Amino acid sequence: MKVKKARADTIKKQHFSLKLMWKQRYLLCMSVPFVIWLIIFKYLPLWGWTMAFQDVRPSTFALSIWDREFIGFANFTKAFSDRLFTQTLINTLGTSILGIALGTFSAIFFAVLLNELRFIRFKKITQTISYLPHFVSWVIVASIAKMFLNAGGVLDTIAGTKLNLMSTNSMLIWVVICFVNIWKEVGWDAIIYLSAMAGIDQGLYEAAKVDGANRFQRMWHITLPGIKPTAIVLLIMSIGGALNVGMERQMLLSNGIIQDHTMVLSWFAYIRGIGNNNYGVGTAIGMFQSVVGITLLLIANKIAGWLGESRLV
Amino acid sequence: MRSSVRHRKNGVTAFDFILVFFFLLIIITTVYPFLNVLAISFNDPTDTMRNVNFIVPRVFTLSNYRYIFTEKDLMSPFIMSVARTVIGTLTGVICTSMVAYVLSRKDFYFNRFFTLLFVITMYVGGGLIPDYLLITRTLGLGNNFAVYIIPGLVGVFNIILIRSFMEGIPISLQEAAMIDGANDFYIWMRIIMPLCTPVIATVALFCAVGAWNSFMDTYLYARKLPTLQYVLYEIMEQATIKIDPHSANAEQLKNAVSPLSVRMAITIIATVPILVVYPFLQKYFVGGMTLGAVKD
Repeated sequence: MKVKKARADTIKKQHFSLKLMWKQRYLLCMSVPFVIWLIIFKYLPLWGWTMAFQDVRPSTFALSIWDREFIGFANFTKAFSDRLFTQTLINTLGTSILGIALGTFSAIFFAVLLNELRFIRFKKITQTISYLPHFVSWVIVASIAKMFLNAGGVLDTIAGTKLNLMSTNSMLIWVVICFVNIWKEVGWDAIIYLSAMAGIDQGLYEAAKVDGANRFQRMWHITLPGIKPTAIVLLIMSIGGALNVGMERQMLLSNGIIQDHTMVLSWFAYIRGIGNNNYGVGTAIGMFQSVVGITLLLIANKIAGWLGESRLV
Repeated sequence: MRSSVRHRKNGVTAFDFILVFFFLLIIITTVYPFLNVLAISFNDPTDTMRNVNFIVPRVFTLSNYRYIFTEKDLMSPFIMSVARTVIGTLTGVICTSMVAYVLSRKDFYFNRFFTLLFVITMYVGGGLIPDYLLITRTLGLGNNFAVYIIPGLVGVFNIILIRSFMEGIPISLQEAAMIDGANDFYIWMRIIMPLCTPVIATVALFCAVGAWNSFMDTYLYARKLPTLQYVLYEIMEQATIKIDPHSANAEQLKNAVSPLSVRMAITIIATVPILVVYPFLQKYFVGGMTLGAVKD
């Protein structure tokens, strides 16, 4: 707070004048085009939320907003009463909660153990290899995953039986997708915890050693509390994004048999909005997702505040 | 446990071996799938059908690669992928760093207002349908190469990354140039940019990997301009359609390359560029990632 004030004082308060604008003409030329770009590509779609309250079809899209028919919350009612909606919402929450829980756990587990590895070279190599899959696209990962998980794939061959990992129309696919995601991201997600660990005072470990704490006790009482603030911030952020399960991953890892359990809100919005040419309903689903997401974020942030932890906003 | 630690202060305990074993297992889990795909792509398709679990080609062949480059016309998707990656990275880096420079200038009248405008978009967005309608209907960019470049021109996260780096450069350098009569554009291009090489490299790699791996924009907006990723997706979707052995004649059967082998060959081709830049990624990405994470 103090720093901010001091900084504000050093910059002279400028008043708007044509002379100042002329002086900063290069800066204006370098930024205004991108602000226009920003308004078109990021703010116009927000204006598009008005479509959620209108009946918008491909034929009426070209009309101006005032000429379209306002239908109140009918699009929302229609979306919520859709036969796929409940299952889709459950899938979205299930997939993401499972992903947050197992993903966070495995990243922390990975980071804590890697931090304990004493052979520096081996540690480096392990880390380098572990985040390779992060840089590979979802299409490639899906291609590899299907090779492994499909009937007659590598895992079936190893197990010697049909595991039906990609052809059981049940919650099993949530777990499968979750593990594919962990395979892709665990090394990358661990980086942030490793850098948090690097910031832990080494003196604490020395003191604990002198007091006779063994390695597990040091991990439990020093390393884990040391990364707790980081973990909380990341958890808050992921709870805020709990409904934003990307359509890309879900669609690529899906197939006709398991689609009932891989369908998530964003994909559903695409199918209803663009597949069925009902832009209003599609926008309504997307808007529902955003509004609930922001609400969840604020709630999680508040709870973190009550618990006396670092808050995000 | 306690006594063993005391006896060998820097000694290696059983736990260290368990750790090494654990991480060896992780390494194998990570690398094995890639080796498996590589082996299948170089293996005879008919032989592959027998058993898919191997990491050394049993019957070595180049026919899968020959097939995709001659029969499947993979050349134009490949060029499309390269073009969007190169152009997207160049424009992305130039535009992002330009905005970042302006927003790093505390004396700029609109500094706080523009920064706010950019940052807000990190938290709220219109969503899939409004984006889709804007690009395909309002702007008419569907199946236009520009759709690969313009919507992703400037990344807000990257702006923040570059800006915080630029704020670390001594202001006296700029002041000296200004006294010499240099304009702001010149200062950005000739003084600031050369000093920002590390962060520019990071952002360039961010852009390049993102562009190369991008699939959804082709899927949503430009199916007539397929990239490698999209072709791979299409083949994955077709994988369930198989040649009926009863209706196909012997010649057809002989020439039919199994979709699996073709898919694996394309998977390899789409992965190789990532592996080529991986050493650089390693060096710059990780630094950039933690730089962004600890900015506040």
